[in-house]
Amino acid sequence: MKRIYMDNNATTPLHPGVKDVIRDSIGIFGNASSFHSFGREARKYIEESRKDVANLIGAEPQEIIFMGSGSEANNTVLNIFACKCPHCDDTVTCSKEIITSSVEHPCVLRTSECLQEKGIKVTYAEVDKFGKVDLDRLAKTITGNTGLVSIMTANNEIGTIMDIKKISDMARKKGALMHTDAVQAVGKIPVDVNALGVDFLTMSAHKIYGPKGVGALYVRKGTIFCPMIRGGHQEQGRRAGTENTLGIIAFGAAAKFIGEEMDEDSKRIFNLREKLRNGIIKRIPHIHINGHLIDTLPGTLNISFEGVEGESVLLYLDLEGIAVSTGSACASGSLDPSHVLLATGLAQEAAHGSIRFSLGRENTEQEVDMVLEILPKVIGKVRSISTAYGSVR
Amino acid sequence: MDWVYSEKVKDHFVNPRNILKDDEDFRYDGKGVVGNMKCGDEMAFYIKVDRKSNTISDCRWKTYGCASAIASTSVLSEKVKGMKLDEAYNISPKDIMSDLNGLPEHKVHCSVLGDKALRSAIDDYYGKNGMKDRIVVEKAKTICQCMNVTDHEIEEAVLEGARSYIELQEKTKLGTVCGHCKEEAVKLLSDYISKYFSK
Repeated sequence: MKRIYMDNNATTPLHPGVKDVIRDSIGIFGNASSFHSFGREARKYIEESRKDVANLIGAEPQEIIFMGSGSEANNTVLNIFACKCPHCDDTVTCSKEIITSSVEHPCVLRTSECLQEKGIKVTYAEVDKFGKVDLDRLAKTITGNTGLVSIMTANNEIGTIMDIKKISDMARKKGALMHTDAVQAVGKIPVDVNALGVDFLTMSAHKIYGPKGVGALYVRKGTIFCPMIRGGHQEQGRRAGTENTLGIIAFGAAAKFIGEEMDEDSKRIFNLREKLRNGIIKRIPHIHINGHLIDTLPGTLNISFEGVEGESVLLYLDLEGIAVSTGSACASGSLDPSHVLLATGLAQEAAHGSIRFSLGRENTEQEVDMVLEILPKVIGKVRSISTAYGSVR
Repeated sequence: MDWVYSEKVKDHFVNPRNILKDDEDFRYDGKGVVGNMKCGDEMAFYIKVDRKSNTISDCRWKTYGCASAIASTSVLSEKVKGMKLDEAYNISPKDIMSDLNGLPEHKVHCSVLGDKALRSAIDDYYGKNGMKDRIVVEKAKTICQCMNVTDHEIEEAVLEGARSYIELQEKTKLGTVCGHCKEEAVKLLSDYISKYFSK
C-alpha cells in the first residue's frame, strides 16, 4: 500500500541530502574535545554545522548551543530563571516573574509548573479564538518584575503564528528577556533572531528534515545563562556532554538545505494545503477549521469534524495508509483533549473531533487528491456509527 | 506491521456489527444511553426482547468514541444476541475485555460503557413492561457524569481502601475530566469513611 505522510509537525523524514551527509560522516568518531587529529576532525565538522544552523536564523555561530532536543532547550531557558547557584546573578535570575502562554508545548508548560512550585510567579497569557496571544492583555501582565517572556513563534497543533516582534518589544521596554520556541516555525517561515528581537530561541533538527535527538538553543551574546546539564566544558560550558557529532553534522546539513529550499517549498506546500482545505470544505459538511486564517504555517491544517471522535478517524485513515494526528483525548492516553484547542475556546466535543494535517516537502498533489477521496468516506463511516451525528432515536 | 490494539479489536473496528443504521426501522423494546460527548465517549444500545424466552432476540448500537469503544460495543452486540436477560444483565467490563483479547489499561473505561449501556437498555425494557421489580436498583446516583461513576462505586472504593480524593480518583477515575463533581464526591467520601470506619 502506498503510504501518505501528513504528520510533518510531529516529525519530518530525512532530506535526501541529509541522508547522504550522514552516510558520508558515519565514520567520524573522534571526541571533538580531543586535541589529536580524530578529535580535530569532529570539531571541524561540528563548527561548520554551527555556522549553518546560526546562518539559518541570522545568528552568530557562538550564539548557538547544541542540545539533545527542542524540549531540552526550552527546559534550559526556563530553568535559568529558577537558578540560585552562586555562579548566576541572583538579581537577574531567581525570584522573578515569568510569562508564557496557555498554548505552549507541554515541555514549556510542565517546566513552568515546576517553577511555580519553586516560588516563581508564572502568568499564562491567553489566546484569542484563532490561537493568537492577545497583545493588549499581555501588555498588562508584563511588569518591572518580569524576568522572561516565553511565547512560541508558531503553534504546533493549529499553526497560528504569533506576533513575536511586537511581544519582544513589549518585553524589552519592561526590561524582561524574550524567549521563543521556534521549533515549528524554523524552516517553514523566515525566522531571524534580530528581526524578532529575541534573546533566546529554540529549534530542533527533526522538524526540518534532520535527525531526531538534536536541537539547538540560540542565546544572544551577553545574555545571562545557567546550564541545566553541568559538568563539562562542551558548548562553551553551557551544555555538558560529549557532542552528538553525527547528529550535529546532519542538523547543519538540514539547516543548509532548508535555508536554500524553504522559499520555494513553502509556497508549494501552502498551495497543497489550500487545495486540501478547500477540497475538504467542498466535500464534507459540518466542519470547523481551527487556527488563524492568514497568520498560519503554510502546511498546517487543523479541522474539527462534527460528531466524530478523532482517534477513530486517525486509525481508519491509518488503515488506508494515511498518517495524521488528532487533538482527541483518546489518542493522547490522557482524558483531556488538546489544551491548545480548548484555549482557543473550542468546545470539548469539537476538540475530540479534531484532525491535524501537517504537510511537508515530500507531499504531492496526487497525495492530496487521495486524501480528498478517502477522507469523506472515513468521516462518513465514523459519523454513521456515532451517536452524535445524524438521527439518534 | 503490528496494529495498535489486538486483531480482534481491529476486526470489529473495521467491520462493526449491528450498528443502527439511520434509514433502518428498528423497533426496539429497550434503549440505554450512557457516557458523555464531552469526555469523548457516548454509547446508545437498543434491544429487542423475545418475551416468551426472556432473551435478547436482536440488538443495535451507536457509539461516539475511539476505536476500542467502537470495537467493544460491536463485540458486545454479537455476544448478547440470544442471551437471557438476566445473564446479559451481569456482563462485566472484564468479560468484554477478554472477548476483545485485552485492551490497554487507559482504554478500559471505554468498554466499561458498553455493559452499562446494555444494562440501561434492559432496565428500560423492564420498566416499560411492568417488571420494575427486576431492575437492580442501584439507588445509584451518578456523581461523576463524565466518567459515569455512581455513589455506589464511591462506596465500593472506600471499602476497598480509598481514603483520599486522589485515591478515590485512582480507583474510579472520577473527576478526572471536568472536575465538577469534586465537591459532592469529597463529601460522599467522608460520609462513607465515617459510616464504615469511624469509631
